[in-house]
Amino acid sequence: MSEVIDGIVERDYAYGFHSDLDTELAPKGLTEDVVRLISAKKDEPEWLLAWRLAAFRHFLTLDEPTWPNVHHPPIDYQDMHYWAAPRAKGPAPASLDDVDPEIRAAFDKLGISLAEQERLAGVTGVAVDAVMDSVSVATTYKAKLAEAGVIFCSFSEAVRTHPELVRAHLGTVVPFRDNFFAALNSAVFSDGSFCFIPRGVTCPMELSTYFRINAAETGQFERTLIVAEEGASVSYLEGCTAPKRDEHQLHAAVVELVAMDDASIKYSTVQNWYPGDAEGRGGIYNFVTKRGRAGARAKISWTQVETGSAITWKYPSVILQGDDSVGEFYSVAVTTNHQQADTGTKMIHIGRNTTSTIVSKGISAGRAQNTYRGLVKVLRSATGARNHTRCDSLLIGPDCGAHTLPYIEVKNDTGEVEHEATTSRVSDDQLFYCRQRGLTEEDATSMIVNGFCREVFDELPMEYAVEAHALMRLSLEGAVG
Amino acid sequence: MLHIERLTVTVEGKRILDGLDLEIAAGEVHAVMGPNGAGKSTLSNVLAGRDGYEVAGAVTFDGEDLLALTPEERAARGLFLAFQYPVEIPGVGNMYFLHTAVNALRRQRGQAEVSAGAFLALAKEHMARLGMDPAFLSRSVNDGFSGGEKKRNEILQMALLEPRLAILDETDSGLDIDALRVVAEGVERLRRPDRAMLVITHYPRLLEHLRPDRVHVLQHGRIVRSGGYELAAELEAHGYQPAAAS
Repeated sequence: MSEVIDGIVERDYAYGFHSDLDTELAPKGLTEDVVRLISAKKDEPEWLLAWRLAAFRHFLTLDEPTWPNVHHPPIDYQDMHYWAAPRAKGPAPASLDDVDPEIRAAFDKLGISLAEQERLAGVTGVAVDAVMDSVSVATTYKAKLAEAGVIFCSFSEAVRTHPELVRAHLGTVVPFRDNFFAALNSAVFSDGSFCFIPRGVTCPMELSTYFRINAAETGQFERTLIVAEEGASVSYLEGCTAPKRDEHQLHAAVVELVAMDDASIKYSTVQNWYPGDAEGRGGIYNFVTKRGRAGARAKISWTQVETGSAITWKYPSVILQGDDSVGEFYSVAVTTNHQQADTGTKMIHIGRNTTSTIVSKGISAGRAQNTYRGLVKVLRSATGARNHTRCDSLLIGPDCGAHTLPYIEVKNDTGEVEHEATTSRVSDDQLFYCRQRGLTEEDATSMIVNGFCREVFDELPMEYAVEAHALMRLSLEGAVG
Repeated sequence: MLHIERLTVTVEGKRILDGLDLEIAAGEVHAVMGPNGAGKSTLSNVLAGRDGYEVAGAVTFDGEDLLALTPEERAARGLFLAFQYPVEIPGVGNMYFLHTAVNALRRQRGQAEVSAGAFLALAKEHMARLGMDPAFLSRSVNDGFSGGEKKRNEILQMALLEPRLAILDETDSGLDIDALRVVAEGVERLRRPDRAMLVITHYPRLLEHLRPDRVHVLQHGRIVRSGGYELAAELEAHGYQPAAAS
């Protein structure tokens, strides 16, 4: 057992390379001028600048929240860049062939060859948007999506080409007044992905965005907006990595999902931001606000596999506004070394006969702390609401911690809310059993942990379930494979 | 094949095995019997390499120092333990587990891996003989299995992993007559001239089916008496006390 724990503690980060790109940076610091600069760089319409400025002014009135169960030195918001972009070499890329070879090489290293993805799209049906630092560098398979009427592009492009859609939905699920990091994001967000599925359309392929932080001392603030009109459905996946750096980097994203009546949105995340080294130096601070609003009979399903980041602070949530709407949250959060995670969900039941399911699997090793924090709120209007929550924690080694903090507020006495929680260890009995059958200790640990996560992995799109298995193995294995 | 000399095992200062000697040749079936707490399960755990024991003495397997090997290395040499209490591994499919184990052993032995398709066909064949529903393959390892199902699953694993030395630790405990017969037949089918078995039990019933070559009585941490199959019948009639006294 001890060697495995050592392996876990000494794990290395496979995505820690840094690409040598010519990068354009805004001066350090957060001021109204920086907000204006970002807006100007992106040639934004007046209404969007006004919205950013309103968010910025509101941000100035807020203090950073202290309630999460995470500990870190104060963040100096003036000591980072709020805009970083790979400097354009010539005009914007018209096709994949025009994307800067360095950028393509960087994504190739991540195992996401853009050309490969485009080729595969015909087979596996995955369209990819890749975001490097603040700028979307390429969106694959746009033509095929357009045939179905699906819009999938970078956020900036959507502002230019479909301003009415962006304006109608931006901030309607996560208003900039929502919280400190949402206000910050709204003021300085750089890019992200936009996706629109028209009425009655089932998106013909998986949509996928890869986010990459490359530049040093840079915050990444992307914004994703997905709108599924009445009866539309879409499955969307985001993946994230960042280079190894000794300083912490801030990632404060906002994701808004709008599922109109009878629509369905499945949002999967494989988050593997740089977690910091074995002593807790460096790593991403991942402070993210994700929320969806479900209309009548609509369904929003969040699936997340979180193995990265020094600190994770996020609660993908569903506002169950329409009658008979459904919200789901399936999560695996792995923390090793000095990683801290305070993550969970909020299910807000407003409509009648709304149902929500929460399955959270937390895995802690090394000196890591893993907290599940979840809110199930049944409002007076939500007659017949039902929730089932299950939180399982798995501990590996003696120095880690698991915490479960469920909040339940029920204002309608027809509601049914269930909460189950378990905490267990990878047992010596299980390890010995596997080893007696010929598996090494590492293989046995990986198999047991993957088994623990199976319910959540089963929710991932097929193509990514394999990836999640591999990632889990990598997370728990260490550099010595 | 298996040679045990003056095996002494201590757990937290308490001596469980105290100078145990045992010799098993290829093709033989040996039974070790003894009252509760005599150290029978300690013997099987120590042979399979479980940690938590202070071990002295010598154990060789085909001339190699068994005690110097990790559990997985012992498995690769062909040592198999059918557990008294098979362990549950939630979320890990039985088929996946067995296929992974077979290929892990084959890799360690320098043999080519078996494809999933070929393995599935083989597993189904063995399961039919053991009267197991093929649905077992898609269930999690031992998770929610009844006592009898767990024991059959152990015999299935034994058949698929093709051991050279199989240790069956109280495989008969908790089985009804029918299940016992199926398990006994399963074990009987695996008897081969190049394969030895060590059957640990404190009921003679299983031995009626298996007819071991040698029966040993383990008491007070060592083998106090050895004999042929007739010894089991004598123990059934008179219990362990006379054996210990003699």
